[in-house]
Amino acid sequence: MSSSEFLSQFLFTLISFALLLMLVGAVKRMLLWSQGQSSTIHWLGLLQIPRRYLVDLHHVVARDKYMSNTHVATAGGFVLSSILIVLLYVFQLKLQILTWALLGSSLLMFVGSIFVMIRRRNPPPNLSLGQWQRLPKSLMVFSLSFFILTLPATGILPSDTGGWLLALLLVAGIIWGIGEMFCGMTWGGPMKHAFAGALHLGLHRRQERFGGGQSTGLKAIDLSSKKLGVEKPIDFKWNQLLSFDACVECGRCENNCPAFAAGQPLNPKKLIQDMVIGMAGGDDAKFAGSPYPGIKVGTHKGGAIIPIVNVLVESDTLWSCTTCRACVDACPMMIEHVDAIVDMRRFETMEKGQTPGKGSEILENLSATDNPNGFAPSTRMNWAADQNLTVFGHNEKKQEVTQADVLLWVGDAAFDMRNQRTLRAMIKLLRAAKVNFAVLGDAECDSGDLARRLGDEATFQRLANSNISTMNKYKFNTIVTADPHAFHCIKNEYGEFGGNYNVMHHTGFFAELVSQQKIKLDNSKELALTYHDPCYLGRYNGEYDAPRFLLESMGVKIKEMDRSKSTARCCGGGGGAPVTDIPGKQRIPDMRMADVIETKAEIVAVACPGCSAMLEGVVEPRPEVKDIAELMLDALIEGVVEDTAEVVVEDMVGGAV
Amino acid sequence: MSNNNLSVISLVSIGEHPTSRRPRRAEQDARAIELGIKLVGDNLQTLHAGELSDDDSQQTALRSYLGMGLAEINLLEMPENSDAVLVIAEHLKQKKPDIILTGVRAENGESSGMLPYLLAEQLGMAMVTSIAEILSVDEVNKQAEVLQALPRGQRRKLKVDLPFIASVDMAAALPRQSAFGPARRGQFEEILGTSFTDQESSEWQTADAKKRPKRLKIIKAKTAADRFKAATAKASGGGGKVVHGVEESAQAILDLLVEEGLV
Repeated sequence: MSSSEFLSQFLFTLISFALLLMLVGAVKRMLLWSQGQSSTIHWLGLLQIPRRYLVDLHHVVARDKYMSNTHVATAGGFVLSSILIVLLYVFQLKLQILTWALLGSSLLMFVGSIFVMIRRRNPPPNLSLGQWQRLPKSLMVFSLSFFILTLPATGILPSDTGGWLLALLLVAGIIWGIGEMFCGMTWGGPMKHAFAGALHLGLHRRQERFGGGQSTGLKAIDLSSKKLGVEKPIDFKWNQLLSFDACVECGRCENNCPAFAAGQPLNPKKLIQDMVIGMAGGDDAKFAGSPYPGIKVGTHKGGAIIPIVNVLVESDTLWSCTTCRACVDACPMMIEHVDAIVDMRRFETMEKGQTPGKGSEILENLSATDNPNGFAPSTRMNWAADQNLTVFGHNEKKQEVTQADVLLWVGDAAFDMRNQRTLRAMIKLLRAAKVNFAVLGDAECDSGDLARRLGDEATFQRLANSNISTMNKYKFNTIVTADPHAFHCIKNEYGEFGGNYNVMHHTGFFAELVSQQKIKLDNSKELALTYHDPCYLGRYNGEYDAPRFLLESMGVKIKEMDRSKSTARCCGGGGGAPVTDIPGKQRIPDMRMADVIETKAEIVAVACPGCSAMLEGVVEPRPEVKDIAELMLDALIEGVVEDTAEVVVEDMVGGAV
Repeated sequence: MSNNNLSVISLVSIGEHPTSRRPRRAEQDARAIELGIKLVGDNLQTLHAGELSDDDSQQTALRSYLGMGLAEINLLEMPENSDAVLVIAEHLKQKKPDIILTGVRAENGESSGMLPYLLAEQLGMAMVTSIAEILSVDEVNKQAEVLQALPRGQRRKLKVDLPFIASVDMAAALPRQSAFGPARRGQFEEILGTSFTDQESSEWQTADAKKRPKRLKIIKAKTAADRFKAATAKASGGGGKVVHGVEESAQAILDLLVEEGLV
């Protein structure tokens, strides 16, 4: 028997065996996922895997061109090679064209693997080492072995080249190669991401995210269920467990996480890896990436039925998150870190009553007064005592107001003197554009954003239901608000409770008015200005253009920060982070202000009361913080404001004085 | 907990938020529960005099005590016009607890702060006001050491014989967070109380309390430290003394009235 004959027969056995082993691994892995709670299975999504992989996933990967090209070559070469290997060596289709194709695909993969190798020579800190450092070698061995193996079959080299020595080398190489590339896919090597990732793309819990869609609202839970939130890994939905397995440890989340950068004990990548450890059982000693700042790797362990918090993951890790969604947005595998964090927070708050910092006080205030700081609900309209606002509902000695074009959602800015300035500016602008608007007055409650992100789903649902039933009493076309958090909640999270409205953020609404010439802005001022994207407007709702359009209408050439639009750094104010106040090495708003100062801007335009509070909290000297509404008011060309008096109809009251 | 055999009952009421006037867990009662849980853990018994209201917010307020980790609250059912003191006293006479914890005063209703005193009288127990902490309980000698809260952060250590009633001051440890899950799952055990109609209160007329006029402060302080002290001072009992005998007591009262210019 010649060495080539031996190889051919041996490979049949070896590859068949490897495929069988891979199948066993796959079943084992699926059993791990099936420990999770039931969730809709989107079977049709499976058909979409190739499209989602080639389009949606590739778009995210392509934010790093080097890596996307490398991945296309390596993964493309590998997938093609694998199919051809199965056809050639398992089904024994000895077609010359397949042989040539395998030669090409293995070469492509080899070229890709060289770039992987180069990148891993001095790996940036966001990349995991350990088994991941082995991967480029495995890729090379796999591709090179099959390349050399195929050469004689194409006739480029005579058969039996190299004799038994080469044959043995090839056998060794192929065993290593398919061990890593086939068996490792389901038994838990670096290639696990390909198997779990593909299924995850198909069976994703938020199918709407693909094909250019959006799905950012938190999902409601049934408050009458036995356990509220996630205590143990098995309390996650099965498709969440699957999603954790899809992680490639690329660390893009880590690069974008404001809490990690601030030295707070959170690293989204480690969190997802910890969830995998929890699901499969074990400890985190083998984790080869950046640790949670300040927490040593190798000190925690977990299991599927072992509580997560303070065993596998410290509670401070969960409470460091600002829910800014930068990690989710950066994740090429479309993993939903924020969902997982909020799920675990729900258990901490609703079952254990362990919301840290001022959390417990804030939640109690929300229960008792419908606003986080415990102000008397009857003072909600005090800020507008001089504004003559139309209030929906019964007004003292005047007739009932039941409809308006616009419902102006005031939000908790009503109680905050800084953000009352923004509200006043908004009102002047609305009146200048002769918009017919009304407010809910004292009947408005907090949107529930904060409560929900602090894990108090019960309070969120109460507030949401209360707001919905109030709003359903009146007729209006659009809700306009200056608060992106309320905007997001009402737009994306009230739907599950039967509240479906046309909601606009004030920047979007004003952009329409400006483009319709209903508001005229002076564009002669030259302002050195940069714009800070609020997370809940940008990443959560994809609105990057309207604020920029408004600023440009004022003649501003925006000095964009490096991290803007979808990669904008959070101000630190979301997700209840200012309430839980987990210590770090530096403050997130300070870092964001440093980004601003880098652009040499003198003004930072914001579009969120949270951002203005956080950024104004940075010590002076620093650029001025102004809401876009305030800037617009400065640039408003009067004269269009002729008959405001007409808008100030008699039956308006300014709330309790 | 080492105090396994100790029987501690904490009385809870439905509180009222000062600005929104919505029902809530009363702040002092919640502190009493916190103190009780720290003392005897799961053995703490909780008693509320009143029926389970159909009103959601009332029930939520009561349930928020359960959310602190109590398995159940005993409901001493009584008609609305009953005198809670008598109903509770009757019940407690049978229970014979070692320690009874209450708040200093209710957040709504009569809010007289008299309940612990009247109970103590009915049950023949000692009454300790405004405690911040129970330091230790000696079950053998039937004695407890408690820390009483005095103005301006002062504390007084007292030894008191079991059984006793203590009203818990705002200076006691903050109550733990009330969690929604346990609050929803906790149970109410209904007990039928003896009915004592409160005849007096039905004849009363009630009106909202007016703010008491503030006494003008004459600042005699000469140094910044004195002014700071004056600005931050809470009225402290200062000249208080124990007066024995009817004659002396009457004289002391008369002196005060004269001093205040009322006589």
